[in-house]
Amino acid sequence: MKINVTINNEKKELEIAPDDILLDVLRRYGYHSVRRGCDTGMCGICTVLLDGKPVPSCSIFAARVDGHEITTVEGLPEAKELAKILAEEGADQCGFCSPGLIVNTVYLKKLKIKKIEEVKIKLIGNLCRCTGYVGQHRAIEKFLGVEK
Amino acid sequence: MIKFKEYIKPKTIEDAYNLLTTKNAEIIGGGAFLRLSNRKIDVAIDLIDANLNFINEINDSVEIGSMVTISEFEENPVLSKLYNGFLKNVSETVLSFQMRNIITVGGTLYPKYGFSDLITALLVLPTEVYLYKSGKFSVEDFLKTRLEHKDILAKIVIKKENLKTSFQYIRNSEYDFSILNVAVSKGNEVKIAVGGRPAVAQLAYKTMQFLHGKDLNEEIIKEAAKMVSEEIPFADDIKASKEYRKKVCEALVKRALLEVM
Amino acid sequence: MKEVTRKIPKKDALGLLLGKPVYTDDLAPKNSLIVKILRSPHAFAKIKNIDTLEATNIEGIECILTYKDVPRIPVTRAGQGYPEPSPHDWYILDEYVRYVGDEVAIVAGKDEKCVDEALKKIKVEYEVFEPVLDFEKAEGHSSVIHPEKETHPMFEIGFDAQKNIAASYEMEIGSVEEELKKCDVVVSERFYTQAQAHVAFEPHSAASYIDMQGRLVILTSTQVPFHVRRIIAEAFDIPIKNIRVIKPRIGGGFGGKQAVHGEPFVAAVTLKTGKPAKIVYTRQEVFEATYSRHPMRYDITLGATKDGKLKVIDMQGLSDTGAYGEHALTTFMVAGSKTLPMYNKVDAVRFKGKVVYTNKVPAGAYRGYGAIQGNFALESAIDLLAEKLGMDPAEFRRKNMIREGETSPIFKIMGEGREGVDMVVRSCKLNECLEEGMKLINWKEKFPRKKISETKYRGVGLAIAMQGSGIANIDMGAAVLKLNDDGSFNLLVGATDLGTGSDTILAQIAAEVLNVPTEDIIVYSSDTDLTPFDVGAYASSTTYVSGNAVKRAAEKMKKLIIKEGALKLGLDESKVDFDGKYIYEINGNKKVSLKELATVLLYTENQKQLISDASYVGEESPPPFMAGFAEVEVDIETGKVKLINYVAVVDCGVTINPNLARIQVEGGLVQGIGMTLFEDVKYSPNGKLLTNNLMHYKIPSRLDIGNIIVKFVESYEPTGPFGAKSVAEIGIDTPPAAIANAIYNAVGVRIKTLPITPEKILMNLNKK
Ligand SMILES: Cc1cc2nc3c(=O)[nH]c(=O)nc-3n(C[C@H](O)[C@H](O)[C@H](O)COP(=O)(O)OP(=O)(O)OC[C@H]3O[C@@H](n4cnc5c(N)ncnc54)[C@H](O)[C@@H]3O)c2cc1C
Ligand code: FES
Ligand code: FES
Repeated sequence: MKINVTINNEKKELEIAPDDILLDVLRRYGYHSVRRGCDTGMCGICTVLLDGKPVPSCSIFAARVDGHEITTVEGLPEAKELAKILAEEGADQCGFCSPGLIVNTVYLKKLKIKKIEEVKIKLIGNLCRCTGYVGQHRAIEKFLGVEK
Repeated sequence: MIKFKEYIKPKTIEDAYNLLTTKNAEIIGGGAFLRLSNRKIDVAIDLIDANLNFINEINDSVEIGSMVTISEFEENPVLSKLYNGFLKNVSETVLSFQMRNIITVGGTLYPKYGFSDLITALLVLPTEVYLYKSGKFSVEDFLKTRLEHKDILAKIVIKKENLKTSFQYIRNSEYDFSILNVAVSKGNEVKIAVGGRPAVAQLAYKTMQFLHGKDLNEEIIKEAAKMVSEEIPFADDIKASKEYRKKVCEALVKRALLEVM
Repeated sequence: MKEVTRKIPKKDALGLLLGKPVYTDDLAPKNSLIVKILRSPHAFAKIKNIDTLEATNIEGIECILTYKDVPRIPVTRAGQGYPEPSPHDWYILDEYVRYVGDEVAIVAGKDEKCVDEALKKIKVEYEVFEPVLDFEKAEGHSSVIHPEKETHPMFEIGFDAQKNIAASYEMEIGSVEEELKKCDVVVSERFYTQAQAHVAFEPHSAASYIDMQGRLVILTSTQVPFHVRRIIAEAFDIPIKNIRVIKPRIGGGFGGKQAVHGEPFVAAVTLKTGKPAKIVYTRQEVFEATYSRHPMRYDITLGATKDGKLKVIDMQGLSDTGAYGEHALTTFMVAGSKTLPMYNKVDAVRFKGKVVYTNKVPAGAYRGYGAIQGNFALESAIDLLAEKLGMDPAEFRRKNMIREGETSPIFKIMGEGREGVDMVVRSCKLNECLEEGMKLINWKEKFPRKKISETKYRGVGLAIAMQGSGIANIDMGAAVLKLNDDGSFNLLVGATDLGTGSDTILAQIAAEVLNVPTEDIIVYSSDTDLTPFDVGAYASSTTYVSGNAVKRAAEKMKKLIIKEGALKLGLDESKVDFDGKYIYEINGNKKVSLKELATVLLYTENQKQLISDASYVGEESPPPFMAGFAEVEVDIETGKVKLINYVAVVDCGVTINPNLARIQVEGGLVQGIGMTLFEDVKYSPNGKLLTNNLMHYKIPSRLDIGNIIVKFVESYEPTGPFGAKSVAEIGIDTPPAAIANAIYNAVGVRIKTLPITPEKILMNLNKK
């Protein structure tokens, strides 16, 4: 079947199977920043924005997003700023989890969340095995302007 | 991974119901859990366009459509204030922010998941569950009833009353299912629900009866907590043993009752 | 120092952060056949019959391979130096299946759908045997897991397949029995650690194709590209020269990718069909059918005199290597060799035990590599002993631990799989780590416990640890530097950056020698056709071993530049120097810029490519040290532990890049915390791993770790590149013992089996 989706502000017609998972379709069409870390909805590595809200693309059928809007890290202008801060803090390691983390964190900036405890609650679904999170928190505090 | 041949988004619950009963079909709420099952069906019925994504405040109650996502309990002004943020607090620790943006009220209640935190919380509130065909149930009756045939959860209705509430859970990692959860409400009567037993949540009727007409004090609370742990059945699973659940149940009930004292 | 000690971002940081296609699955040829594996549902069985006909006929299926279709040559998947200390007990496919998840058949087809269907249609008849699931009953069990005669060790490792023993080891210095008699205080306890999973977020992935010269090219998510090349050559009996292994960016490894996993299967398909093929493991496969940490049991006996002098350490162990003996002997020995030297003043020390086969997920390398298992046992027991002596456990350690300039006989006796090397610890700031950590955690104030409320108690606990820096006399790294026309350099290394930032650190080392900005060093790692040999990223070797190779190569390059510069200036070499920008006359004003020299050398005068290379093998393996302090809050009604603070003070020599060193320690600590508190491993009664997804196998989330404070003490390792030692593994070692000790100090419950769950604590509290 065919679906019409706006991906990173570009209108696309995609050919999918009815039971295709959004994550697989995005990768098939070249959005490689979207990656599978766990496949059970736990790791957050596959996070994209669906109509502006962060969702795990491994847990959504592609057919559902027909007529909707998807944004990946490639389509988020604020991503570069956060990426730079993460790099300068030395808060990045293998990078596999980074796009998902960035997508979710950029959304938190829109929510104007300023308390680190709340940030952690909202990012709990972004797992990382390399960094131990501490550096990420230092960088994210700077990016969001968290009150100390 | 679930497999199917057709994906349909009916515009009404009637259409959805007809599909569900005439084909080898399943309802998709958020799809988050369904997709993990290893089944093969013909039709996936996505309720996203069936006008079930509503939150209405009517007099002294709130109607919540089955396609409302769990994140609305945090974000929607009506839901987040309900019972002084009780349901907001419960929802905020369920799974993750991203997942809460897709998982639904219908997908949480209809399958009666034992690990659900929300079900336990709703059990101590005046909550009604509306099924498209089978009609209205109190949430406790719904959980106890085995439906004869497939149905669709249309909405739940929560009455606003003046209740004090408490929710307690025990997890090892904060980012995990609850090993056990307890909800308590107190108005004229005290209600105590225990979930993650690991079977689906249930009310502690004997203890509720015992507390009937009594003023809560520390002594009584201790006794009641012990009673709950004796009356509710527990079992082993991958997360914990029956014995541990029983012990922790007592502690959590005690804490919950102290909070609403 | 200008470039070394600079906190610069990783060279690949922005590319990785912003999701560039850089991992194996992103780069695999687009038309790759999809490869999946039919896996055994039985823990131990023999394939009686396998019928692939119906599956082969499914549209889109390209080939289905069983043990009848691939060479049967015993190899080890462990990526270790050659000859490997792991037994050769693995076959690409075999008629025996030895754990639930073991490979039965390789299926390749045009897309996932047809391959999935084919997997269901393969009919296998098994003769099912009684599996060996309890490692304490494995030795001499009636089921022999490796009955085949071809399986063999490469040299003496105490291997006895008929008894299910993959390796064994024994050493004793002095007489434990005799010295124990002289001790005033003796403690004896048994400890268990579990089969922790690595959970590197990029699943194991590999792709292969035949290049224009007819050679097999493998693109793979590996820590050990050169070992992969060698093992594939061996397993398929093809010449090394016909194989090229390319390592793109890696999404984490932690030891889990220090082996071949998917590579033989895609290679088999490509060799059979001539077509490109790729495999991407599912998360469930990663859990069920790659590697875990070796679960171990230790019986520890310690003896001391009244005045608090540790006199005797006896460690007797049993390790579970699962179905295959990968890293069996070496992880076991490291449990002793990377713990016992910390207490180097004892009169007698013994370390012995066996590594057994079971019908479970194979164990392999995992950050910490035995040291964390040994550390949990030894450092828990040290606290028990200190308590019995009535001593503060910090004071007891201070009195008995190793100091700078000292040695331990263990260094010589225990290497990895063979004898070690004698060495004096030239840099050891363990005492400073201890002092600083006590200050940061506020030990004097908080030890042992504080009551917070009727139901909550806080306690503090500590542990000390050491690791190594590469394997002395075995691990080799090499580097090549090449000058470009604009004065920049290509640095080619076989060392494998797994996301750790080692490319950047190696560039910093080269830049420091050449006095150029790190930005002028372009790093490429690693490709067996293009980069020089390196054993790979393991054993905490990259900064120290590969770093030393890079430093030497850069020093050679500097000499070459001076030589060619002098020629250009018409001066004697001794009269010129190089400052990073110019080759100049020391006592005069003649000079030529590096850029100009580089350009003329390539295009006009005295033409040549300046290229330098160097290799390095460590003669020593200088240990980094650390002290870890945990502060926990225990709820005595639920058993729940909240980690409040974790302080880690580390001596890893000079930190080449302080940001990257810190994140190594932070990342290691959190994995150690996970192993201590959350990462529970459960099997079904018939041997299926139940904790095979992230819903049931819980790694720490960002809300589970409390406040983590990492500090480095000033230290300089004379044999290291610019004073550096390793830092990759040391961070993981202390949490198990430090947290267990803190919990004991808080509520008096001593948990000796990891992980420490609320259930274990509550049930033990109730027993008291
Ligand atoms: C990885 C993971 C971890 C989780 N962890 C937790 C946790 O820690 N705590 C917790 O409380 N919950 C947890 N959950 C459960 C979660 O909260 C939801 O309950 C669950 O995902 C179902 O929501 P859904 O909307 O995605 O339902 P779906 O997956 O869409 O549906 C679930 C089932 O309900 C049926 N269904 C859905 N909607 C309706 C309807 N309106 N009428 C009739 N039938 C319907 C479907 O056919 C299906 O059988 C977890 C879920 C996942 C996937
Ligand atoms: S891959 Fe989607 S949450 Fe892990
Ligand atoms: S950086 Fe590797 S998983 Fe987060």
